[in-house]
Amino acid sequence: MHNPQLNKHGELQHLLTLDGLPKAILSQILDIAAPFTEVAEREVKKLPLLRGKSVFNLFFENSTRTRTTFEIAAKRLSADVINLNVSTSSTAKGETLLDTVDNLCAMQADMFVVRHASSGAPYLIAEHLQRTGRDHIHVVNAGDGRHAHPTQGLLDMYTIRHYKQDFTKLTVAVVGDVLHSRVARSEIAALTTLGVPEIRVIGPKTLLPTDIDRMGVHVFHDMREGLKGVDVVMMLRLQNERMNGALLPSSQEYFKFYGLTQDKLALAKPDAIVLHPGPMNRGVEIDSAVADGGNAVILPQVTFGIAVRMAVMSMLAGS
Amino acid sequence: MTVPSSVPASLPTSLPDANTLCEQLAAQIRPDLQPGTALVGIHTGGVWLAERLHAALGITVPLGSIDVAFYRDDFGSRGLHTRPQKSDIPFDVEAHPIILVDDVLYTGRTTRAALNELFDYGRPLRVDLAVLIDRGERELPVAPRYCAHTLAAPLAAGQHLRLQKGEGGALDLSIVAR
Repeated sequence: MHNPQLNKHGELQHLLTLDGLPKAILSQILDIAAPFTEVAEREVKKLPLLRGKSVFNLFFENSTRTRTTFEIAAKRLSADVINLNVSTSSTAKGETLLDTVDNLCAMQADMFVVRHASSGAPYLIAEHLQRTGRDHIHVVNAGDGRHAHPTQGLLDMYTIRHYKQDFTKLTVAVVGDVLHSRVARSEIAALTTLGVPEIRVIGPKTLLPTDIDRMGVHVFHDMREGLKGVDVVMMLRLQNERMNGALLPSSQEYFKFYGLTQDKLALAKPDAIVLHPGPMNRGVEIDSAVADGGNAVILPQVTFGIAVRMAVMSMLAGS
Repeated sequence: MTVPSSVPASLPTSLPDANTLCEQLAAQIRPDLQPGTALVGIHTGGVWLAERLHAALGITVPLGSIDVAFYRDDFGSRGLHTRPQKSDIPFDVEAHPIILVDDVLYTGRTTRAALNELFDYGRPLRVDLAVLIDRGERELPVAPRYCAHTLAAPLAAGQHLRLQKGEGGALDLSIVAR
């Protein structure tokens, strides 16, 4: 099957999803990200790889953090970065997505970093570019609807590899609002590709997709049961803004059953690491004592995120 | 020590022993050593060499290493094809005279890239270049201060010099077709 993310040489052309991305490419991204982490410690935090290139951050949905980390990554690679908050501009005046893209291509864009509330929007752009023969322009999905958030998934994998080295010996639990989480889909896809033998998903029935079993994971509704003996706890944010209707009685009740507290975490392995994609709802999905505790690797995730995004952008620009 | 000019360019069969060359390089550098002299090897061969020189010269400043993958001038056409290593400069470049160490000096583009990278750590006090072997055919104005061996004639197109590290750390220099 043709993978729209790869070019005819099998190199990364666009990064749209981790689902179906070959293990070799996944590992390559993590390998290339490693030396980029060192750049942050230099006096001049800049590499010349994207010198002269224009990266357009095309955010149809607000996200200060993701946009900022992409912006930092692109700037550290010496690219010119143009931030477009499209939700308040042309689209509001009635311009279509592809017209916006064509206009930016006419301004010599080399790369689009796209976030959109609709699943598949980055695909639409990538296909449009391919159809119109603009293979030199690359697309990075920075989160589309409920579908995927591949760079978050990659930085989570980088973080796990940094602390745990070998994926093939791990038990990993993904906890919380999987139903609304594009992060969870990307994480599960990557963990599976990288050979994690046991992936657990923990959450209330109302926040798990009905077809979750098909993703090859073990489902737990009792958090204490699910956390037993795990090496990695990947918390998800309770996505209040994506929630329509009454899926939960209250956030207090959610915290009681699915909030990560010290005593629930004590059921995991003593050296278990706790990840969270941010922003955290303290006292809802995670207790402050855990978020600020010794097992949390939440801030290193942010730092690694920049290196991973630099790796993705430089691989795309060099393909 | 030098390849006689009568040998055709395509067949310089006998290269000098890399380990002997390494000793000669150390001997060239030794008279100029200062208390703060630091070595920076360029991945991968240059790092092996720098490790040897660091020990042979009894240098106390920790050894640095550089991978120029992110600074190459052919990135636009070739991309990131090798697996880059972390660069590591464990000393203040503004406070130490640096000797940049590479195995083979050819077009000078790797040296250019390494110099650019070094400048991103600060304003280097002084930088010299030490190479095991100079195969000529420069494309940039780069000259080594220390060089153990210079090829008398250019290699044939498609040939290049390769430094390998064997069991026990012995270095071996050979000519291979790309």
